Amino acid sequence: MRRTGVFICWCGSNIAATVDIDLAVAAAKKMPGVVFADQNKYTCSEIGQEMIREAIRTHRLERVVVAACSPRMHENTFRKTVAAAGLNPYFLEIANIREQCSWVHKDKETATDKAIALIRTAVAKAARNEALFASELPIERRALVIGGGIAGIQAALDIAENGFVVDLVEKEPSIGGRMAQLDKTFPTLDCSACILTPKMVEVAQSEKITIFSYAEVEKVEGYVGNFTVTVRSRARSVDMGKCTGCGDCMLKCPVKVDSEFDLGLIKRRAIYTPFPQAVPNKPAIDRENCRWFTAGKCRVCEKVCPAGAIDYSQEDELRTEKYGAIVVATGFDPKKLDNYGEYAYGKHPDVLTSLEFERLLNASGPTGGKILRPSNGRPPKNVAFIQCVGSRDKAKGNPYCAKVCCMYTAKHAILLCEKVPGARPFVFYIDVRTPGKDYEEFYNRAYEEFGATYIKGNVSKVFPDGEKLLVRSVDALSGALVELEVDMVVLANSVDARAGAKELAQKLSITTNAYNFFNEAHPKLRPVETHTAGIFLAGTCQGPKDIPETVAQASAAAVKVAALLGKDSLLSNPTVAEVNEKLCTGDMSCLAVCPYGAISEKMLEERRGRETVRRKVAEVNMALCQGCGACTVACRPGAINLKGFTNEQIMAEVEAICL
Amino acid sequence: MKVTADKVNSSLVKEVEEISGQKVSACFQCGKCTGGCPVVSSMDIFPHLVLRFAQLGLLEELLHSKTLWICASCQTCDSRCPRDVDIPKVIEALRLLLLRRKGGNRLHPANLSDRVRADAPQQGLVSAFRKYAK
Repeated sequence: MRRTGVFICWCGSNIAATVDIDLAVAAAKKMPGVVFADQNKYTCSEIGQEMIREAIRTHRLERVVVAACSPRMHENTFRKTVAAAGLNPYFLEIANIREQCSWVHKDKETATDKAIALIRTAVAKAARNEALFASELPIERRALVIGGGIAGIQAALDIAENGFVVDLVEKEPSIGGRMAQLDKTFPTLDCSACILTPKMVEVAQSEKITIFSYAEVEKVEGYVGNFTVTVRSRARSVDMGKCTGCGDCMLKCPVKVDSEFDLGLIKRRAIYTPFPQAVPNKPAIDRENCRWFTAGKCRVCEKVCPAGAIDYSQEDELRTEKYGAIVVATGFDPKKLDNYGEYAYGKHPDVLTSLEFERLLNASGPTGGKILRPSNGRPPKNVAFIQCVGSRDKAKGNPYCAKVCCMYTAKHAILLCEKVPGARPFVFYIDVRTPGKDYEEFYNRAYEEFGATYIKGNVSKVFPDGEKLLVRSVDALSGALVELEVDMVVLANSVDARAGAKELAQKLSITTNAYNFFNEAHPKLRPVETHTAGIFLAGTCQGPKDIPETVAQASAAAVKVAALLGKDSLLSNPTVAEVNEKLCTGDMSCLAVCPYGAISEKMLEERRGRETVRRKVAEVNMALCQGCGACTVACRPGAINLKGFTNEQIMAEVEAICL
Repeated sequence: MKVTADKVNSSLVKEVEEISGQKVSACFQCGKCTGGCPVVSSMDIFPHLVLRFAQLGLLEELLHSKTLWICASCQTCDSRCPRDVDIPKVIEALRLLLLRRKGGNRLHPANLSDRVRADAPQQGLVSAFRKYAK
C-alpha cells in the first residue's frame, strides 16, 4: 500500500451542501493506505494547496487524492501542487464529487455515500499510479493560414509580425475574401476596399509571408508543432514570374462568363483577376470555360501577352511542407435561397440578395456604384429590405441569427437614401439587434435621420406585379396589414458555413457543429483554439461575425500561434498508449480504431531456440497519440495499455466501487 | 387598417411633425410611455401606438380615437421617454389637426369685437386661435 493523503473540498456550498464532509473525511481515514485525511473550504485556494504540500512533507505521503470538482477544472493546479512538494505530478488522483455527485443529487445521505465510493475508487487507483514523464517534442517554426480573407490576412500579418514564417493559402486567384466584395463597412461607413487593400498589399510585401493563391489544402498529417501539409496549387496557366499584370489578355479574351466576385451581375473573361485590386494582380485561366481548353482553339491571350507569360501546359503543383501551427480562416457562404420561393428571388430581376445590392453600391460593381433596378436601369424609389431570410428559421433555414444582417441592412438603408434622393427604405424585421460599439447609434440614424421605415413583421410573400413588386406583411406593433408597392426587394440572406467546411474539418481532425461551423475548444474560455492542439480558428468559419470581431479573433489566433512557435520545444502528454510487445499478437485491431493515425506496424526479430523469427507488433507514436484509449478496448489480448489509465488501474477502481 | 407606401409618405405625417416639433420617426416602440400612463385604461389606442400609427401614416385611425381626448398632458411619458420624444406634444398636434380640419379657418382677429378683445381671458383667445386659425 502507498501512503495516501485524502483532501476533501467543500467548494463553498457547492459540495458541502449536499455531501456530509465530516462523514466523508472519517470514512476516508479508514480506507486502505490512507494515512491522512482532511477537509478544506476551498482546496484550490493557496491555503488549501499549502495544506497538501505540508501533509506530503509531514506525513511522508506517496499518493494524493483530491476529492473536489472535475479534473477538467483543477487537475493541473493540483499536479503542480504535488510536484512542488517533490512528488511526480501523476501521483495525484482526483475524485470528482462535484459535477458527478453534489451537483446532480439532492439527497444528502445517498450523495455522501456516493462521494465516499468515489473517493475510495480514487484511492484504489492512486495506489497503482506510476510516475510518468513528459517528453520533449521539437517545433517547426512555420505557420499555415488557410483562407485569405480579412481573418486570414490579419492572422498572417500578426504571426509574421512576431517573426515567424507564414504560408497563406487562398482558394481564389486573389486574396481579399468577402470583405473585398463589400462597398462600405458599418458603423463608420469607411470604404471596405480602402481599409482592406493596404493590408492585402502588406501581405504581398511581407518577407515572412508567402501567398499561395488558386490553391487548396489537400492533406494534413502530424500533430501540434509538427504538421505535414500538402497544398495543391491549381494550374493557373499563367507564368507568375513572367506576367506583369498588364491585363491585355483580359481585354482580348473572347469568352464571357458570370463573374463570381460580382455574383453574376456582370461577366468576366475566361482569363481573369476577380477584381481590380487583386493580390496577386496576375490573372488565371479558368480552364472550364477557356475556349482553348474546351474547344482546342483560340490562344488569343497567348498572342496578345507581351511578356509571353501564358503557359497552357502548366499542371497542378503539389507542395508538402512542415508547419508548427495552423490557423483556419475559411470564411462563410451567403445562404442559397432555393427554399424561399415566396420572395420571388430569381423570378424578378429587381429582387436581390444583400451581397448583390452591395455590389450595386460599389464603384467597381456592375453599375459603377449607382443603385439602378436591374430590370430597367432606373433608380428605385421604394425599396423593401427583408431581414432574417434563412436565419432564425428552423423549418427551412438556419435556426441561428446571422448576426450581421441588422447592421448591414441599416447601412444599406442609409446608403440608399444618400445615393438616391427621394428614395424610401422599408425594413421588415423580427428583432433589430445592434450589440456593438456605436452600432445602436448607427441604427438610430437610419430611421431618425434618414427616415427608414422599420416594420416589425416578416414578409410573407413578394408578388411580382408587372414592373413593380408587391410586398405583403403585417406591422406586428400596430396590428396593421402592410401592402407595399416597391421597386426593389433586398433579401438579407443568412450566413452559411463555407461549402466544403465539413471535408476540411475531416482533413484537419477538428470538429464542426450541426451547421458545419468549426467548433472552438471552449465557447467562452478557449474561443480561438480547436480540440486539436496547434489548430486555431479565425473569423466566420467558426460562426457568423462581423469584421471587428473577425479581426480581433484573427489577432488572438495569431498570438496563440506565436506563443506556440516561440517555445523551444513542446512537452508531450505522457498519458499515451503503450504496447506490451510480449503480449501483442500483431492482429492490428488497434490500428483500425485509432482516430489519430498514431499506431503503426513494427517487425520484431526474436531468437526462438536456434532460429530467428520475425514477428509483427503494433507501435505507438507518442507524439500522435492523444490518449483516447480506443485501442485498449479493441485489443483482444490486452497488450495495449493507456499509461495513467492502465487496465490494472481501471479494474482496481471497479473493484473499489463495487465494495 | 392597411399600411401603404402612400400613407407612409403622407404629408399629414410631416404636418404632425411640424406642429409638434417632434420627430415621430425617433420612437423605437419600447412601450415605456404606455406602461406609465395614468389614464391608459380609458384609451382605445395606447400612447406608444399613437407614435407607431403616426410613423406608418395611419392618421385616420388616430384622428378618430378617444385617446386624443383622454390624454391629460400630464407629461409622465415625456419625462421617461428614452428617445426624448414629447408624446403629449404629438397628441396635441393630432388634436389640432382634427380641430383645424373640423373648424376650418373661422377665426380672424379683425372680426373680434372690442368687448371680446378687452374682456376675454388671454388664455382663451390663444386657445381659440390655435384651434380655429391657421
